[in-house]
Amino acid sequence: MKVSLFVTCLVDMFQGNVGKATVELLERLGCEIDFPTSQVCCGQPAYNSGYVVESKGSMKNMIKAFEHAEYVVTPSGSCAYMFKEYPHIFKGDPEWEQKAQCLADKTFELTDFIVNVLKIENVGARLKGKATYHTSCHMTRLLGVKDAPIRLLKNVEGLEYVELLGKERCCGFGGTFSVKMGNISGEMVDEKVRNIEETGADILVGADAGCLMNIGGRISRTGKPIRVMHIAEVLNSR
Amino acid sequence: MMAMKTSDEQFKERVEKNLNDSFMRGAISAAQARFQTRRQARVEELGNWEEWRAHGEEIRKHVLENLDAYLYELSENVEKRGGHVFFAKTKEEASDYIKNIATQKQAKKIVKSKSMVTEEINLNAELEEIGCKVVETDLAEFILQLNDHEPPSHIIVPSLHKNRRQIREIFAKAGYDKSEQPEEMALFARKTLRQEYLTADIGITGCNFAIAESGTVTLVTNEGNADLVSALPKTQIVVMGMERIVPTFEEMEVLVSLLTRSSVGQRLTSYVTLLTGPKGEYETDGPEEFHLVIVDNGRSKILGSEFQPILQCIRCAACVNVCPVYRHVGGHTYGSIYSGPIGAVLSPLLGGYEDFKELPYASSLCGACTEVCPVKIPLHQLLHLHRQKIVEQEGKAPISERLIMKAFGLGASSSPLFNVAAKVASPIMSPFARDDKITSGPGPLKAWTEVRDFPAPNKESFRHWMKQRQKGEKS
Ligand code: SF4
Repeated sequence: MKVSLFVTCLVDMFQGNVGKATVELLERLGCEIDFPTSQVCCGQPAYNSGYVVESKGSMKNMIKAFEHAEYVVTPSGSCAYMFKEYPHIFKGDPEWEQKAQCLADKTFELTDFIVNVLKIENVGARLKGKATYHTSCHMTRLLGVKDAPIRLLKNVEGLEYVELLGKERCCGFGGTFSVKMGNISGEMVDEKVRNIEETGADILVGADAGCLMNIGGRISRTGKPIRVMHIAEVLNSR
Repeated sequence: MMAMKTSDEQFKERVEKNLNDSFMRGAISAAQARFQTRRQARVEELGNWEEWRAHGEEIRKHVLENLDAYLYELSENVEKRGGHVFFAKTKEEASDYIKNIATQKQAKKIVKSKSMVTEEINLNAELEEIGCKVVETDLAEFILQLNDHEPPSHIIVPSLHKNRRQIREIFAKAGYDKSEQPEEMALFARKTLRQEYLTADIGITGCNFAIAESGTVTLVTNEGNADLVSALPKTQIVVMGMERIVPTFEEMEVLVSLLTRSSVGQRLTSYVTLLTGPKGEYETDGPEEFHLVIVDNGRSKILGSEFQPILQCIRCAACVNVCPVYRHVGGHTYGSIYSGPIGAVLSPLLGGYEDFKELPYASSLCGACTEVCPVKIPLHQLLHLHRQKIVEQEGKAPISERLIMKAFGLGASSSPLFNVAAKVASPIMSPFARDDKITSGPGPLKAWTEVRDFPAPNKESFRHWMKQRQKGEKS
């Protein structure tokens, strides 16, 4: 099966390891990876801040970059959801609405793709430790992917899964919110890290690079011995 | 002072102050936990909550689309029962009308219950100005009134930010000298208030739902004081926002159920009071005179706009009770009588961007509010819509931000430019990095690094790795 990877700008620029893990994992599961190099950012940072006009350029670019794709897979719930929003954003636009719809229809978040398209629940990963999982808001509430990551995690050999208290509560990332309302966001992430600590887990897993940078940044600042991993990295551990 | 706007301080100062108020934050997070658990239980037991929500949404949408007709029907029916109806375009018109009644009746004392909209029209202050004593009879409002007219911090429990000890201290001002047991304190309030009902000239209440087919006003309460406010004084005034209508009793029942389950997690509240006009010929209880004041105050401007869904609101506060931002900053930070997600959407619409332009940004757009709203208002999308308006129409966004976003538009819409950005991101950031992390960032990163580190970019960019890999495969 041929899969076009939408790696997301955060991973592209800062978290290359997550991208690598995604590629290796999908290949191991039998996919052939295509990486359209003309992909940019999905436009979410500007869009969410209210700069709709400014964000449309990058959206059009993305639509073009993935026009040829059969499946578009991305290691981010939030960015996958953004693609799903494109048809609404281009509603009424004779040139782009239809194309946006095509892109939305063939886009999948990584774990959703593995469980619901590839129909695999055990990827054969092995990792020792006690892990808890952060359910990111866009992935859970807006995209509606809830069970897939948990099912995959529970099948990782050697990994003990513990549920996070207040798991549905936002970590305070929210894109530009984290700098625009830095202190409120800071209190939110501080509470999140305290909840993570209470689980006794030594690994925090998530499926969105943004949330993980936020939570990981706070963990690093407080010096807690908790390792932060993207779910692609966990599933690619052997 | 208590109109919509509750504070003259800057938004930033309010945030700072409230984040440092550990009592308030403790009270709020405990209350949120209570509300959420109870709501969850009441929602799950229905088994088909999503159908209920869809039904609630349908009812509210239908009313808004036919609001003219229902307002007409409601007025006709109130008048048929001998009541008076006044339609107030502005808050001044509303409070003037009520002041006139007070003057005519030579009212000295007015008892009140259950009304956010009277705060919106600044009614208490207006009435006090003409020499009336106004007594709030809801326990929570009573507490705030005793505490030098402190503004509400929550649309259902206005004193949510206070803990027991603080409430006891406030009651002490009125001569209370017993324990901080809620029952004992409630008894004190009840005794104090009982006298007031008996001697009041006018009773003023809000309205949860007005039923068009019969001209009936519905009040949903737990303390029973609204019964007394509406039954004892000779003159009864109900103040309602113009959108709070339902066609018939049937829809009222659906919405009351959605309301009580969502707000406090009850199947039904202790009291659902139905008021239909003044006392009839053969009735023993009820007022001699009944007035219904229907307040527009900016609502008709929302009607027909992209923001129309916000008028579906039934003021249950479920969105407030689940909001992670409200959780930390509390209600007063919003600077409006309407706080939380509903307040962040509604306040700029009713009160203007000048005073409330920060509120739409006081959200991580996590969507928790949208998920719980019993009438399916897309709250986070409306917050986003505000941001869009602020940027595009109002020109109120900071210049530096506009420049960054322009640059973003340019960079991200051209893949060669983006390619360069992706390549240089790592080298640009690395001078700031120590031990794989950035602890004090440049520019906008500063707000980030106040509380958390920024992970230093991975040494090799993804693009580079991918390119090498593909090359390797080919050779
Ligand atoms: S917006 Fe929805 S959840 Fe919030 S108070 Fe109104 S009805 Fe309740």
